[in-house]
Amino acid sequence: MRVEMKVNGVARAADVEDRTLLVHFLRDALGLTGTNVGCDTSSCGACTVLVNGESVKSCTVLAAQFSGEEITTIEGLAGADGTLHPLQRAFQENHALQCGYCTPGMVMASLSLINEHPNLDEKAVREGLEGNLCRCTGYHNIVKAVLAAQSEMGGKL
Amino acid sequence: MSAAEAKGGVIGTRKLRREDPELLAGKARFADDLVIPGALYMVMVRSPFAHARIRSIDVESALGVPGVVGAYTGADLAGEWAGPMPCAWPVTPDMKNPPHFPLATEVARYAGDGVVAVVATTKTAAVDAAALVSVEYEELSPVLDLEEAASDSEVIYEDFGTNASFVWSVEPDPDGVRQAFDQAAVVVSERYVHPRLIPAAMEPRAIAVVPSPMGDEYVVYSSTQIPHILRVMLALTAGISETKLRVVAPSVGGAFGSKLDVYAEELLCLALARRLKQPVRFTEERGEATMATVHGRGQVQQIELAADQDGKVLAVRANILADMGAYLQLVTPGVPLLGAFLYHGLYDIPNYSFTCKGVFTNKTPTDAYRGAGRPEATFAIERAMDTLADKLGIDPAEIRRRNFIPADKFPYSSAAGLSFDSGNYGPNLEKALDLAGYSALREEQARRVAAGDSHLLGIGISCYVEMCGLAPSRVLGALSYGAGGWEAATVRVLPTAKVQVVTGSAPHGQGHETSWSMIVADRLGVPPEDVEVLHSDTSISPLGMDTYGSRSLSVGGSAIFVAADKVVEKARKIAAHQLEVAEEDLEFASGSFKVKGSPDREMPLAGIAFEAFTAHNLPDGLEPNLEASVTWDPPNFTFPNGSHIAVVDVDQETGAVELLRYIAVDDCGNQINPMIVEGQIHGGIAQGVAQALFEEASYDSEGTLVTASLADYLVPSAAELPSFELANTVTPSPTNPLGVKGIGEAGAIGSAPAVINAIVDALGHLGVTNCPMPATPERVWKLLQQAKAHK
Repeated sequence: MRVEMKVNGVARAADVEDRTLLVHFLRDALGLTGTNVGCDTSSCGACTVLVNGESVKSCTVLAAQFSGEEITTIEGLAGADGTLHPLQRAFQENHALQCGYCTPGMVMASLSLINEHPNLDEKAVREGLEGNLCRCTGYHNIVKAVLAAQSEMGGKL
Repeated sequence: MSAAEAKGGVIGTRKLRREDPELLAGKARFADDLVIPGALYMVMVRSPFAHARIRSIDVESALGVPGVVGAYTGADLAGEWAGPMPCAWPVTPDMKNPPHFPLATEVARYAGDGVVAVVATTKTAAVDAAALVSVEYEELSPVLDLEEAASDSEVIYEDFGTNASFVWSVEPDPDGVRQAFDQAAVVVSERYVHPRLIPAAMEPRAIAVVPSPMGDEYVVYSSTQIPHILRVMLALTAGISETKLRVVAPSVGGAFGSKLDVYAEELLCLALARRLKQPVRFTEERGEATMATVHGRGQVQQIELAADQDGKVLAVRANILADMGAYLQLVTPGVPLLGAFLYHGLYDIPNYSFTCKGVFTNKTPTDAYRGAGRPEATFAIERAMDTLADKLGIDPAEIRRRNFIPADKFPYSSAAGLSFDSGNYGPNLEKALDLAGYSALREEQARRVAAGDSHLLGIGISCYVEMCGLAPSRVLGALSYGAGGWEAATVRVLPTAKVQVVTGSAPHGQGHETSWSMIVADRLGVPPEDVEVLHSDTSISPLGMDTYGSRSLSVGGSAIFVAADKVVEKARKIAAHQLEVAEEDLEFASGSFKVKGSPDREMPLAGIAFEAFTAHNLPDGLEPNLEASVTWDPPNFTFPNGSHIAVVDVDQETGAVELLRYIAVDDCGNQINPMIVEGQIHGGIAQGVAQALFEEASYDSEGTLVTASLADYLVPSAAELPSFELANTVTPSPTNPLGVKGIGEAGAIGSAPAVINAIVDALGHLGVTNCPMPATPERVWKLLQQAKAHK
């Protein structure tokens, strides 16, 4: 079947099997391999992308469900000249990633969290990111990065 | 010169990681991200039974699925192997090592054991076809419990007549140990169980093997932490010349020891790519990763301490059962040996006895997992020290003070036979106690008890020392390990003064590129941005022993340090020649040689690099180009250490344990990049806390793994953990020129005993003396009920 959606601001389309999951549509059909698969059970959040600005775990939804929607993946965050988004910069400045495998999903989930809750404190960040697992950082620096990004972004994405 | 006398002001700074922009932008390439036109997809059919005879296999229906290329049984591929899958650590000459091939042929020996490999042009076709493979099994009785397995009441490998793979001991003075126990005023005897843990790197394993269109050569892309060791082992096992194999580890998404292995799927992809003359790739799903990627821990420990009335420990005796699982993987039998010398912790204990029995079970093979042997040893001694303190009515901090190896005894010859390089344990513990506000915590604890508060407070101390920097090759030889412990490095200043560093250690999240560029920038006086770090590709870095055991910086970093200094010494010869002065009249600072007393006469390294390249005017006999290669073999292990304090709240109503605070004061010697050091500690703490509170690979009575997904296996999220309070002390290691000790495993080693000690501390006044791992609310609640029933 033909699936069409706007991905990172660009209209994209591909013919895929009906059962194609959103994450495989992004990775295999569109070549956007920044979004990772970690668990297949929507437990780890490595596959988190934004659908119309809200975070969705792309490994357990069908691509066809999102025909016509606007998807943002990790590749859509940095500027065209490669300038990192303030949240990405905060992750680097706070050493909030090590192996980097969970990072795309963690960044997208954090972005959605900051967007929806402009006045996060540490507890709210920890609870808000409950659905995204990281095995390297112990979350300490991820929490710091999200709080730092929130104050820098001043509530604006 | 030590790193403390660093030249360039780069070492010791919190430099941001150069790895990050690509990872943050989604541009980094993990193995499954690689686009490989024409690649076939392999999917595994695995035994659902823990122990079963394979009666018959029918692949007929599978072969009918459009796109399927083949479905291969162990018998089909028997001719592909020059030998069985490798175990590189035959710890004893009589160690029993069952034949282990990539696919089980007659008997499947754990749930997840591979039986058929299906290959198709698309992943979905391979998945569909695998579901149509019909295997007829005859279920055999599974041997699951470690202690039952050790009793040999049922034996997995009939030819062996026992489930024991080996027995290994270190007991330099048996009479001394016996006398110490005979004469002891107090004896502590405790039993601890370490559940099996699932390493759960966030990136599942992925492999792709691409045959060259000419010359029978293969490029192996693998999410491995050991590209160099993997190349040797693939060559030996698949019968391919090592020169025809190039192994590349792309970005690797975490490993923690679980990718320190040679896996069936790596061999199958290689053999099938050779047979089919097409690229073959495999990516495990999480449900496979939990069963078919190695597990960690899995020990039952008996530890005894003999002490005098003042709490001075005179002897330690440890007897360990270690769960090997169904087969011996790359270093499975060696894991307990990595802890075998450390059951006395960082205490000055004159008599030592350790015995370990490695035992087969019908479960996933175990192997190295963060800390590998050392978390187990640390847990045993640190729990036992608390029990001793409790018996004698001594504060847990005080019992440790009384037993620490005194600072003036370093280098310290331990009763187990190691030489501890450096340490100063007392001030390290005092710093942790200060940071925690120890006496105020004790007051709050007493206040809660007195007030009958339903929430109890527990304070757990854990002091640890580990042996890292794996490893002196001769020592590895003495321990029967099948390889050396050196590391290789090349430092090359190119004609334009850009610098290339080639390292044999293979990062998977540790930030080697950043740290290695800092070391070289510091030594050569060039900007770190001008230093390129090349790694994880055997065609670029042909020699290496890879990354594990907190070895990369102390061994690999030392190789780089020495190579950089060799480059400087060669450059000095050229500068002296061209400036027409003696070498000793030159001083090297900020990337330039200056004539002492005539600072206007100088020659920068950049100019020397070009002179070395043109070779028009070099000293007689000096080779062109500015490059040095070093293979560094460490003279000893390093001994990182630290004091960790966990503060927990235990809800008496529900048994729920909340980790309120975690204080860690670590001594990893000199630090190259404190930001990266802290990150390593954070992650390690999280894994050790997870062992104490959340994680356990649980099997049902049939031997089926019931925690086979991340929905069932509780890797903690941010919501289950607090922020951590870190500090450090520094006793530089004399073992290496950087003065570093390693930090990759420290957090995971110190934390599980700190948390369990805190829980037992909270419940101690009720009569609770031990707490199983993981300390789930149900288990803690039961402990509370039992204790209250006894009161």
